[in-house]
Amino acid sequence: MRTDGLARIVALHLGLVLLLLALNWLLPEYHRGVFSRILVLAVFAMGYNVMFGYTGLLSLGHAMFFAAGLYGAGLTVYHLGWPAPAGFAAGLAAGLALALAVGVLALRTTGVAFMIVTLMFAQVIYLLTLYFTTYTRGEEGLVLAPEDRFIALPGAVLDPTDPSTRYLLALALFAAALAATVAIVRAPFGRTLVAIRENEERMRMLGYDVFANKLAAVAVSGVLCAAAGAAYALLFGYVGAGFASIQYSILPLLWVLLGGAATTLGPIVGTLAMFYVVDVTSGYTSAYLLVVGLALILLILYFPRGLVGTLRERWLPWLP
Amino acid sequence: MAAVTPLLSTRGLSRSFGGLRAVDEVDFDLPAGEIRAIIGPNGAGKTTFVGLICGRLAPSAGRVVFDGRDITGMPAHRRVRAGIAYTFQITSVFARLSAFDNVALSVQRRLLDAGAGRPGRARLEAGVDRALARVGLAGHAATLAGNLSYGHQRLLEVAMGLALEPRLLILDEPTQGLSDGEIAAFIALVREIAEDATVLLIEHNMHVVMELAGRITVMESGRILAEGEPAAIRADPAVQQAYLGG
Ligand SMILES: Nc1ncnc2c1ncn2[C@@H]1O[C@H](COP(=O)(O)OP(=O)(O)OP(=O)(O)O)[C@@H](O)[C@H]1O
Ligand SMILES: [Mg+2]
Repeated sequence: MRTDGLARIVALHLGLVLLLLALNWLLPEYHRGVFSRILVLAVFAMGYNVMFGYTGLLSLGHAMFFAAGLYGAGLTVYHLGWPAPAGFAAGLAAGLALALAVGVLALRTTGVAFMIVTLMFAQVIYLLTLYFTTYTRGEEGLVLAPEDRFIALPGAVLDPTDPSTRYLLALALFAAALAATVAIVRAPFGRTLVAIRENEERMRMLGYDVFANKLAAVAVSGVLCAAAGAAYALLFGYVGAGFASIQYSILPLLWVLLGGAATTLGPIVGTLAMFYVVDVTSGYTSAYLLVVGLALILLILYFPRGLVGTLRERWLPWLP
Repeated sequence: MAAVTPLLSTRGLSRSFGGLRAVDEVDFDLPAGEIRAIIGPNGAGKTTFVGLICGRLAPSAGRVVFDGRDITGMPAHRRVRAGIAYTFQITSVFARLSAFDNVALSVQRRLLDAGAGRPGRARLEAGVDRALARVGLAGHAATLAGNLSYGHQRLLEVAMGLALEPRLLILDEPTQGLSDGEIAAFIALVREIAEDATVLLIEHNMHVVMELAGRITVMESGRILAEGEPAAIRADPAVQQAYLGG
């Protein structure tokens, strides 16, 4: 759109980050722990959103990118004794390498075939985490020792086992990922992705290399999801095969659908909403997953654009 | 005219669909600066032929040479960057984006290729405004492309093509669905475009063809039936038989 609106976009996103920062001192202990986890998982959802929301590529295998980060960080720290920041970098590198490899192969397909190919790749990664049980301890997983997760800075050591430090680290990652998404969406690259989603053939005939742009989207998506996985390993100290299972491929799809695909704030809103719906309903009934399922179906029927997507459609067209 | 090296040539260019030879060993030359019309009955192979030129389709046999370079194996997006722009016969705009954003994609491509780094907002807007104004859609910049009238969508399609500032602009039945007034403006626009680009125009409206074309190529059943100046084509008995309805 011609109306730039950069100022209010920056104000909104910065405002959200500052609000979340204040919550570090306002939230009760239990909820601060929950929020730490949600902030990290929201980065996972944001990575998913780059591909699914903005580029229109429906992947059913994104657990593999989260797992690449989780194991990239977890295994190097646990077995090789790497310091936490190096482990984090290893997680990112693993995510990038996997994204490029999967992208090159899976992007030869479209639609349902693409969904199935990504599903199969994720299944391979999941089975690999079980196959190498000697190193990964499979479903049982690895627990990283607290001192291995310390982040040594010049003049200070950050301890992610401290709830406040953990929350602030999670928030820092979230803020960085949010800034990255906003920047991408507003850059020529982001506009290119959206246009590819809308009409791929036309983009090709406007001189755009559709394959290269889609591959770049998969890479960005993979790295963001891996960042979430690596942060999860280091902040919460647990690395298990469950995170590579199909459930963790479906969850980011649900979070993004609930919050609003192709919106910068949809992922955090969706992740937050879903977590608390499950949290509250499971307090009342053991059939809470049924309630959650019904809620999701109603939402998709009546608000197919998700919470933030509906806001944008009805009232706030300037939302990126 | 035929003595200068043509901007575009094809040799033995063919494309079959199953048993159907949609384009059949076509040798074609288009000198730079010309407005060439391709006419022919429905199913003659016109769209398929230009599809082979711009790379939407791969040929079964033959070569395409653009500006002295063999581009037969070049992917479509690189041909566009080399200067071949194509506007679709079946309107293909970004329906859920505004007219401005549609054209911005072309301008952004051109600015990125000019190597000026990230295209600045001012230059992007200037480029889009100019292209929209040239096709007469200046007042519709904010309208969603899907909400434009059919004729306006055709013009938007043309604006996207010319915003690329191509050396060869291929227009596939651009006046379909335009009103008489819009057609008159369109004829003027193509004349203006032809001042710095070569135009290949597929067109059924004979008035438009006669007004614009320097030369006319007549296709039938995948082959070139005749080629020449408008007056000669009009007088050609074989053409009258095949196309102009005798
Ligand atoms: N993708 C395709 N698959 C199969 N047959 C095709 C395909 N595209 C075109 N054809 C056939 O090739 C022939 C030439 O089609 P083409 O679209 O090139 O004709 P045209 O001259 O552009 O016609 P029109 O004036 O109707 O646009 C037709 O018989 C058409 O049915
Ligand atoms: Mg045609």
